[in-house]
This record gives sequence, C-alpha cells and structure tokens, in this order.
Amino acid sequence: MSANHVEFTKEMREAGYTILVPNMLDFHFSLLEKVLHLNGYNVVVLKNSGPGVMSEGLKYVHNDTCVPALLVIGQFIDALHSGKYDLDKVALAITQTGGGCRASNYIHLLRKALKKAGLGHIPVISVNMSGLESSSGFKLTLPLIRQVICSLIYGDCIMHISNQTRPYEHKRGTTDALIASWNDELIRQFNEGKGLSQKEIRANLQKITADFDAIERSREKKTRVGVVGEIYVKYSPLGNNGLEQFLRTQDCEYMVPGVMGFVLFKIDNRIEDIHLYGGNPFKLLVCSLLKKYVQKMERILIEAIAEHPAFVPPSAFEHTKSLVKDVIGYGSKMGEGWLLTAEMLELAENGYENIICTQPFGCLPNHICGKGMIRRLMQVHPGINIVPIDYDLSATKVNQENRIRLMLAVARDAQTKRQQQELLIAQDEREAACSGNCEACKKAM
Amino acid sequence: MTDTALRIGLDIGSTTIKCVVLSPEGEILFSCYDRHYSLISQKTRELLTHLDSEVIKGQRAHLSISGSAGMGLALGARIPFVQEVYATKVAADRLAPGTDAVIELGGEDAKILFLKGTLEVRMNGSCAGGTGAFIDQMATLLSVTPAQMNEEAARAERTYTIASRCGVFAKTDVQPLLNQGAARADIARSIFMAVVNQTIAGLAQGRPIEGRVLYLGGPLTFLSELRACFDETLGLTGLCPENSLYFVAIGAAMQAGEPMMLGDAIEAIDAFHSTESYNALPPLFESEAELTAFRERHALAKVARRAPETYTGDVYLGVDSGSTTIKSAVISKDGELLFTRYQSNSGDPVPHVRVFLTDLRREHPEWTIRAGAVTGYGEELIRRAFGVDYGLVETVAHFTAARAFMPDVDFIIDIGGQDIKCFKIHNGVIDNIFLNEACSSGCGSFLQTFANALGYDIAEFSKLGLAARRPVDLGSRCTVFMNSSVKQAQKDGADVTDISAGLSISVVKNALYKVIRCSGPEELGRRIVVQGGTFLNDAVLRAFENELGVDVVRPDIAGLMGAYGAALHAREQRRLQPGESTVLDAQALEAFACKVTQTRCAGCENRCRLSISDFGAGRRYISGNRCDRPVSGGQQQHALNLYAYKQEKLRALMNTRRELAPRRKIGLPLGLNLYELLPFWHAFFSQLGFEVVTSPFSSRKLYIAGQATIPSDTVCFPAKLIHGHVDWLIAQGVKTIFYPCMSYNIDEHLGDNHYNCPVVAYYPEVISANMPAARAIDFIHDYVGIDRRRFFPKKMTAILQRHFPDITLQEVRAASDAAYKAYDAYLADVRAKGEEMIREARAQGRRIIVLAGRPYHVDPEINHGIDRLIAGFDAAVVTEDALSHHMKKEPVGVLNQWTYHSRLYAAARHIAAQPDMNLVQLVSFGCGVDAITTDEVREILESSGKIYTQIKIDEITNLGAVRIRLRSLFAAIDQQRAMDAHTADNSGKEV
Repeated sequence: MSANHVEFTKEMREAGYTILVPNMLDFHFSLLEKVLHLNGYNVVVLKNSGPGVMSEGLKYVHNDTCVPALLVIGQFIDALHSGKYDLDKVALAITQTGGGCRASNYIHLLRKALKKAGLGHIPVISVNMSGLESSSGFKLTLPLIRQVICSLIYGDCIMHISNQTRPYEHKRGTTDALIASWNDELIRQFNEGKGLSQKEIRANLQKITADFDAIERSREKKTRVGVVGEIYVKYSPLGNNGLEQFLRTQDCEYMVPGVMGFVLFKIDNRIEDIHLYGGNPFKLLVCSLLKKYVQKMERILIEAIAEHPAFVPPSAFEHTKSLVKDVIGYGSKMGEGWLLTAEMLELAENGYENIICTQPFGCLPNHICGKGMIRRLMQVHPGINIVPIDYDLSATKVNQENRIRLMLAVARDAQTKRQQQELLIAQDEREAACSGNCEACKKAM
Repeated sequence: MTDTALRIGLDIGSTTIKCVVLSPEGEILFSCYDRHYSLISQKTRELLTHLDSEVIKGQRAHLSISGSAGMGLALGARIPFVQEVYATKVAADRLAPGTDAVIELGGEDAKILFLKGTLEVRMNGSCAGGTGAFIDQMATLLSVTPAQMNEEAARAERTYTIASRCGVFAKTDVQPLLNQGAARADIARSIFMAVVNQTIAGLAQGRPIEGRVLYLGGPLTFLSELRACFDETLGLTGLCPENSLYFVAIGAAMQAGEPMMLGDAIEAIDAFHSTESYNALPPLFESEAELTAFRERHALAKVARRAPETYTGDVYLGVDSGSTTIKSAVISKDGELLFTRYQSNSGDPVPHVRVFLTDLRREHPEWTIRAGAVTGYGEELIRRAFGVDYGLVETVAHFTAARAFMPDVDFIIDIGGQDIKCFKIHNGVIDNIFLNEACSSGCGSFLQTFANALGYDIAEFSKLGLAARRPVDLGSRCTVFMNSSVKQAQKDGADVTDISAGLSISVVKNALYKVIRCSGPEELGRRIVVQGGTFLNDAVLRAFENELGVDVVRPDIAGLMGAYGAALHAREQRRLQPGESTVLDAQALEAFACKVTQTRCAGCENRCRLSISDFGAGRRYISGNRCDRPVSGGQQQHALNLYAYKQEKLRALMNTRRELAPRRKIGLPLGLNLYELLPFWHAFFSQLGFEVVTSPFSSRKLYIAGQATIPSDTVCFPAKLIHGHVDWLIAQGVKTIFYPCMSYNIDEHLGDNHYNCPVVAYYPEVISANMPAARAIDFIHDYVGIDRRRFFPKKMTAILQRHFPDITLQEVRAASDAAYKAYDAYLADVRAKGEEMIREARAQGRRIIVLAGRPYHVDPEINHGIDRLIAGFDAAVVTEDALSHHMKKEPVGVLNQWTYHSRLYAAARHIAAQPDMNLVQLVSFGCGVDAITTDEVREILESSGKIYTQIKIDEITNLGAVRIRLRSLFAAIDQQRAMDAHTADNSGKEV
C-alpha cells in the first residue's frame, strides 16, 4: 500500500460521492456508467478534452511517462479544476492490471499528481482483479463483474458491426443514429433490471445484429484498415488524435478488435503463468472457470454476428491465440503482450491486411510485441501491410497522418495489383479446368 | 480521346519547393527548385501563376501536390495530394526500372524504399536525425556551408563516432571534438558517416540494402562525399540519377488527377490562406504601456561599471568558454566591470582567446592582471593554453555572479545557446541542479535555427514576437517536432510575429516543464535571477515571467554572467592565496603556438583516440579520452570502485570455460537479464556438462555488428546491444544459445512483486524474430521462472529435454542447486566487497558515491566509464545492490514491483540516512520505467536534504556534461560540509 493512499470508504459511497472515470470508448463506457449506477456508485464518465487536459497532464506528470497516463491524469485534474464537482465529495477511479508494464503505476502517478496539485485528499479507487489495492467503499463483486462483462459484450458487438456498416451506409448518419437508439434501449432495459441475463443478451444481440444488417448500404469495396495497439491509444480518440475520424475521411473501412479479447488475455495470462512457472492449483481452477464463463459470453456474441453473412465475425479468443503459436511465446504478457501480435494476424486473416499499430511513444511492451514482431509477421503472412505509429503529445497529426497515407498508398497499390491478378485468374479459369489449387478456389473455400 | 493536357507535380518539402511539368509523353518540359522559407502558400501561388502564364499558357492541366509540407495546403485547397514516398516509388518504377532500393534524404525526412520483392517503404517518424536539416545544423556549427563541408570531408583521414539519432545528441558529440581541436575534415566526414548509420539503423530495420540502389533528394545530390560514405558502408556503388531532385515531383505529376484550370487552384489557395484556425495564446503584452513598464523595470538590474580609461591597477580576468561562444570579462579590484567581450568561437576557442588577451595587454598596459579564472566547456583547454590561474565549474561561476545582483537569490536559470542550467540555492548552497542532457529544445539555438529558416536574424526575429496578437501555442517538446508544429501553424494562418512569440513561449515551457519539470512557480522559489544569452531576448523574458507569475531579475550582463562570475571567483581565490598570476604576458602571447598531434591511448581496451595539444613550455592538453588514464598516467585507483570489481568478477567467469566438456558449447549473451544472472547460468550449464561460452563486454564494434537487425530505434541502448552479443556468439561457431524470457526475476522481498521490465523480460523474442542467424541455430529462449525455486528444476528439465533429450531431472536438480549457490555467493561477495570499500573510504575520509542503475549498467560500453570518471574525483564508487539488502520493504509513493527498481528505492532510503553518501543514478535513454523511478528516488533523497543527481546515458554520452554535473555535485557537497562545520563551530562556541 502506498504512502499517498487515501481510501474510498463505505461512508463515502453512502454519502453519494461522485466517482469520476476516464473515458476510453463512448458506447462501452456509457453502459458501464449505468451498470455502476445500478450498483450504487455515483459514477460520471469524463468527456472533457481539449488543450486543458494536455496542459494539466504535462504539468503534473513526468513528461517521459507514456501518453495515456498524461491524458488520463490530465483529464482528471482538468475536471477537478473545472469547478463542476464538489472537491470534498468526489473520488476518482482508475483500472490497474498489475502487469509488469508501467501502466500499473498510473494510479500512483495520479496520486502524486493530485498531491502536487493540492488535491491529495481526494480518494482514488483502484479497479483491479489482482488484489493490488482494495477499498471498503468499492468491491468488485461477482454480480458486478458479470454485469461489467455483459456491458462489454454489448459494446464490442455494436462496435464490431457498426464499423462494418458506417462506411457503406447510403444515408449518412444512419449507423450512428442506430447506435444512439440502442444505447437508450439498453439503458432502459438495465433500469428495469433487464438485459443482463444470458438469455436476454442473446435476444438483444440478435436484434442488434439484425437492425444493423438492415441498414441500406453500398456494395463497393473500401480499403480495409485494422487498428491494434496499446489499449488506451487504440480506442480513445483523445489518445490517437481522432484516428477513426481520419480514416473515415480517407475512404477506409476501419476495424478494431474488441475489449473482450483483452479481458480474456488478462485471465489467460494467469493460467499460462502457472503452466510456465508452476503455482497454486486452486488459482488455476478459479481462473479456468472465469475464462470458461467469459468465453461462453464471447460465443454468444460471435454466433449472433455470424448469423449475418454480410458481417465479418470477430475471431474467438482461442483461435486468435493459436495464430501466434510459433511467433511469440504465451508468457509474454506485459501490456497487450502476445495478444497485440495475435490481433494483427487475426485482422489480416479476416481481410484487414492493412494495419496501424498504435503505441504511446516509448511504449516498452510494444518494442517487443509491436515493432519487434513486424518482420516476423511479414514472413508468416506475406502481404501484411503494417505501419507503426507513435503517439505522444508532441507528435503532430501531420506526421502521423502522412505515415498512414503512405500505408494506404501501398495498400491501394496492392489492391490494384490483386484485382488485376484476379481478373487474370478468372480468365485462366474460364480457359482451363481448375485443379482446385488456384487463388480463387482457395478464397472461395 | 488522347489526353493532351500537361501534368504538373509540386513537391513541397520541409525547406524547398520542387516543381516539374511533364508533357503527355512524360518528357520534362520545365523544372525548378527553390527554398520556400516556410512561406508555403505564397510560394506555391507565385509558382503556379508563373506556370500558368509561361508554361501552361492558360490551358487546363493535371495538377497534384506532394511532400511533407504540402499536405495541409493540398487538402485545404482541395488539390489532389500524393503521399511523397509513394510518389518516389511511382517515379522510380518509370525512370529507373530494375532498381532494388531507393535511399532518399530530404530536408527533414529520410526514406528507404525496397522495390524488389515485397514492396516496403520506410520513412523517419519521430526523429529527424540524419537528414538535410541535420547536415545544415552541423555545417552551421562548423561555420561552413554544406558544400564546403563536402570538400572538407574529401580530405578526411579518420572518422569519429557521432550520434546521429538526433541533431541534439550529435551537437554534443561534435562540440567537444571542436573544442578539443580535432581536424575539421575528419569531423565533416564523421558527420556524413553518422547520417549513413542513422539511415541504415533507423530505417532498414534488418532488411539488407543491396543490388541497384538509387540516391535521391537534395543532400545526396549535392554532397558527393555523403554518397561515398553510403557506398562504403553498404559495399556497393549507388547511382544518383539525372533529375534526382525531382523524383517526388515527377511521381506526383504522373499521379495527378483530373485536369483543372490553374486559376481555380490559385483561388482555392488564396481562400485557404485567409483562414485562421490554430490554437492561440494570450499576447505577451496587452498594451504598449505594459511593454514600456516592463522595459523600465528591467533597466534597473545593472552591474557596477567603470570606464576603462579611468582605471589603473589590479584587474581580474574571467573567461567563459562555452559551447558556441566565448565570453570574457575584466573587473577592477572593487568588482566594477571594466571590459567585456562576447564572440562566437567558430568551433575553435584558442585563437579567439589569444586575440582577446593580446588586445587586452596591448590596449591596457596600465592594468595588472592579478588572476584569471576560466569556466565552461573549454575550461581545461583554455587554462592550459594560456596559463589561466583557476578553473571552476559553470554552475559555481553563475551562482557567484548572480549573488552579486541578488544576495538572497534562491533560484538561478541560465539559458544559453544549447544548454539550460538551473539550480536551486538552499541555505547558500547549490542544491539541486538541472541540466538539459537529452534535449536542446528549450535553448537559444532553437530560436536561432527558426529565425534563420524564416530568413531573419535572431534579435530581429524575437523582437517581432513582442507585438504578436495571437501567439501560436506550440506546446513544450522537441525541436524536431516543433518544426512540423510551426509548419502546421503557418498552414493555419499564423504570421511570423505569432510564430516568434509562440517559439519564445515554448522555449520557456520547455525549460520549465521538460528540463526542470516544475509543477508550479512556488516550487522554484521567489528570488529568481535569469541569465544566459537567450534571456537578452525580451520576448523570452516576458514569457518566463508570465508563466511563473513573478518578477525576476535579469542582469544587464545576462549573457556574460559566467565570465563575470569567473572574474569574481579569480578575485576571491587570489585573496585567499596571494601570489602572481600565470596568465601569459604580451611576449608569450606573441610567441604562442599550438601543435596538435593525434594518437591512440594504450591504457585499456577502449583505445581512445587522443588529440594532444602542445602549447610549449610543458603546457599540454589531452582530449578524446574517456577516462583519466592518459592524463594521470594510469595511476587511477581501482581499489574503491565496485563497478571495476564486478567487471573483474564477470571477466573471470567469462574466461572460465570447461575444456573437454562432455556436452557441446552453449552460448550466453552478456546483457539485460543475463548480466547479473551470469553466475547463475554459468554454474547451471557447467554443472550440466556444457562448455559455456559467454560473449565479452560490449564494444562499439560489437554494437555495429548487430545494429542492422534492430527493429525499434527507440528501444534502450542496452537492448540494442544484445543483437551484437548474439552475433558475436554465432560468429564463434556456437550452435546453441541460451537466452531465456523472464517475466519475473529473483524475489528479494523489497517490493510488492518482482518483475523484470518488459524489455529485459522479453527481448529474446525480438532477437528470435529479427535475427535470421539466430533462427538458423538452436536459440533457446523459453520462459523461465527462477523465482519459484521449487518448480524450477522440473520446468527447466522439460525445456532442456526438447533440445537435449538425454538430460534428466536429477541432473537438472543438481545443476539448479549449484546455480542458486553460485548466485547467492556472488551477491554475498559483492555486498561484502561493497561494505569493505565503504569502510575503507570512511577511514580515508573519501566521498562515497552510490552509482545506482541496473546490473547491466556495469558494462563499460553502456556506462561510458562514468564509474572511473567518478573514481577519478577521488571518490569511492559503490552500487545500489551492495546496499539495498540493509533495508526492509517499506511503502513508497509508486507501485514497487520490479526487482531491479526495488533496489533503487531501498538503496535511496539507506543513503538518506548516511551523511557521507550521495547517490548518482544512471538512466538509459528511452527507459520508460525510469520515468517513474527517478522521481521517486529524487523524492526519497530530497526529503532528507540530499542532492539527487541523474545522468542520462545512451549510445554516446557527452562526458563533458557529466563532468559538470559531478563537479557541481562535489562543489555543493563541499560547500554543505563547510557550512555544517561552520554551524557546528558556532554552536560549539555558544555552549
């Protein structure tokens, strides 16, 4: 337990303290906010952005620290300085994965920053599953964990399929309107205590996928771009300079793997650790059970999407994991670890061969699992087109976008070549009986 | 219908604009190349107008823009944009079919294209090292044009090692070389070699550059010697084709979209130019009256002066031989300023100082120089050359001068051309020093570079900022990034006054938030003296006051404070030690000669290249040395250096090879997680019957041998070295290498967990994925947990049996016992030796410096001999792991979960209670975890009144800066001791 620790107590919770949470993914987090409300936590997901966030971050956090820490802490302090919250009745919450990456230290950097800013009395809650820190006012109970996972399943589903409808919709804004209406609908259900059982989730997901598939859209083929990377930078527009928005202007189909993969990865790490180094069989059992449960939820999600052939379904965690079997060891677990490498292969396999690997400048795990693996991935999956992009408060958008444009130019070049080749193959096919080994046949299979 | 419209391609780079017009058949009808001085819209407009009337003659034409600085304009004006690297590819495919690779260097970009096989394109991302801008910067430093530099390089006889990773680092390498009198031709060539290394290491990332290679872009077109350096390094003869400057423009022209009227494009550019949409800051001055009041207030901070002709008698001389300038001051016996000079050193201070002294002696024969003192980078050189009486470290010089203006000063900040120095004064002692080691973005040369790029001189440029209405918010970061921020702001309509003010503000922010890392003005104290040439600039001064919300004192000799302080110091020293000055007299100055010879030091395996400047009469100056051996004649005391002791222990292990071992050879690369665990694994494999081959300590040669396979150019230097170690082992014919992945290290119970950092833990994966040679042999890099001793033998047996089926669990058990025993014995021995050294140092009254870092910082190539440098100051050097075991786990302000880092906190807590120990922390550049540890260690030490000193090390380290830091630390410790003794005396009297 650290020296600057102010505990979030039961009394604080009962007194209705506002708990501030940084934003990462709009849809996921709005559901999480609701779920936490229902469990008696007065949670507010922060939406503040802009130069204030960055300057507070730079001011109160060591500048060599990675950009997610600067932004998250900057967002907190900017919010606290905004005057919107009663500083004697507010708490902050931040996740802590407990891995060997410096991200586990964000909470301490946050406490240091609060102290520096004269806000040291504000309690900070660590949301973790490693028993790193606990507070009497906040408990990750089993029912809460279940509800959190449900919210993430909904979030992942909508993120995954909306990314496949938005670029092609006939009427601009249809997809986003549908997202908003499902957000309202799910929150309505949550308020009534519905939507959180497995049966209800299955039913909802079927409706959601059907609704999105019903969006009228064009059949053109856009350049498909997958995004992987450090979790905050990959998802948060604040962290990646509005990457998704930029790709939309470049006429791309954008895809980013869901949050569930990361959750499963973190559970799987504990199991792999025991396999590699030995350990407590009881812990192994608990982790295996938890993993089984989450995988069951994952299956519900995949099945719902797979019912609609128009959508590329997400890959199952076990499959994604198998893709890197001979590429990188499963013991490499810090940060996004082997999952980052695996997601690049997953995306490529699903037709998103053009990949942006996002990382905070100087991200340690990414030296290994991101940049360190690109060469190997090109051997394993020829044709994969990866561009690593560093994010940093000083890195300019112009530079980042220029590098992405280069990747896209290469992608389009390859696309043209492939189309020409396909034409030739189609011609060959017409001319001679196919032995079943040609590119087109393989594809059809 | 055939397309008869002409095709126009514009390539707007960071400094130049290039244009071609192609006929429908692809012939070049027109081409031009011009600097744009960042007036991008304006220049483009002029160019298009010219083309419209002279070349296109009002017809429709295909038009597209390419180039890093052209993107904003193209998008804003809706003119088709072609990514520049892609444009190069298109042009190369057409103009030079059969090319295997293209190397293109531009103003701020470097690119490599691999055209054969899988198309791969690489461009520099976050770093502008090794580009045209870098070469320009270096040429400025040498006071020549790039073309002259090229001529010089042709005459070079040798190459020095210069970091090219960043212009900032390179400057710190080049400056000492200049100061030490190395030949300019050699430096010129070394700079080109640095560019080559940067391009290859940074961009090739393991893919070999071979076959037919094209050289494109300005630097490679204009600089034949640069091409020669590439040829030499790559072992081939590359081709610099016709139109090598225009490939991007040609590619852009070939990719241009639908034909359009140029008049429409010009209109769109005009419309775009008029929008203002950048982030603006409040102006520096709200009104003219504010500016006047500000000027009046600062006019008061004046040094006492005396007209030189009214004075006769004793004078004291102070010289500040800085990195780019020489400042000199002469004061009277009462401290009045009589005479000053401020001049550029053009890379070699000696002739300038000679002229200055000669002038002084000639013009003022009525003055008697009683003593002189010299400070700054060139301190030793000038002292030896001219027999100057005293030398002092810069920090002390500045403090001495500042006190003359404000006796109770509590914070001094000096921003010079390339250095920021600032320190807090606590109880009259320099107590906390910040130097910029890795970054010069908060410095004067930064403003200078921009002023020049925009076509202004520095004074004129900074004055513009005073009147700015909406200063650009450029944030606080590296110069390299600032270039593109400025570009973007210009694109968004900022004018030169806004940019000038914005740059001045960002200089201040960089100094405050990047170098000092303060979180608020109250942290710096309220009695502040600012100095250094950069503060002569009113815009910077104002920005500083605004940012801190406090009025500061800027002495009217802000640029001369070092020299003035040195003169005051000389006067004080002479008072304490009466005598005659040894400064050369007129006659000796007349006869002054300096002969420079080069040689190799034979003191150790580093074989440093030494430059010996001989000034006659026994005055010699040796430079280029990494340690004190050539100077002190090899007398250095190694007895009290635990780094040296550890090296000996490791070397003994390296040399222990079991001949005629029953099993084959197994190689261990000496780096990262294997460094401290060498005793463990050595014992383990020896016991199992292997012949253990350990790679040697790192060297420059070993690094270069492995550098081509490094995939991430921002990873720390210790990790990059591993490639060389593995390469070395393979070259020895080793067929099996053991280099385990280790999430966890040994648990020493000092923290909440016992992780390795991600790089130390998983670097074997990077080696396996990026070194083809490692994949061709048996490269064992499984995940191993030595922290779980109970499980270890079983898990390890399973791993080994996959490679050596005959190994049994029983054997591994025995080997494991031997390994843990050897490791424990090693640690115990290091601790015992550490204790012994501390005892001895205490008995001899020597200072004790705990040089803290990671186990692999023991490597001489990583620590650059800083341990010996410290030992050279007559201090005992011990390591953190020799002390950490004294402490129990205690709460710290951060998550304490890495074995090596936990030792730092424990050692810091131990040192905090030892009055005669001080800590110096070595931090590898790019170490993400140390961003956390350094703050925490600092806090632990400062809470008990200790001075915290951090030294950033990288591939190359500027030992000059390290020396300043150490000397300042020692000066502060001595002063603190003297004051403590003084208080003790006084309190004794009272009793």
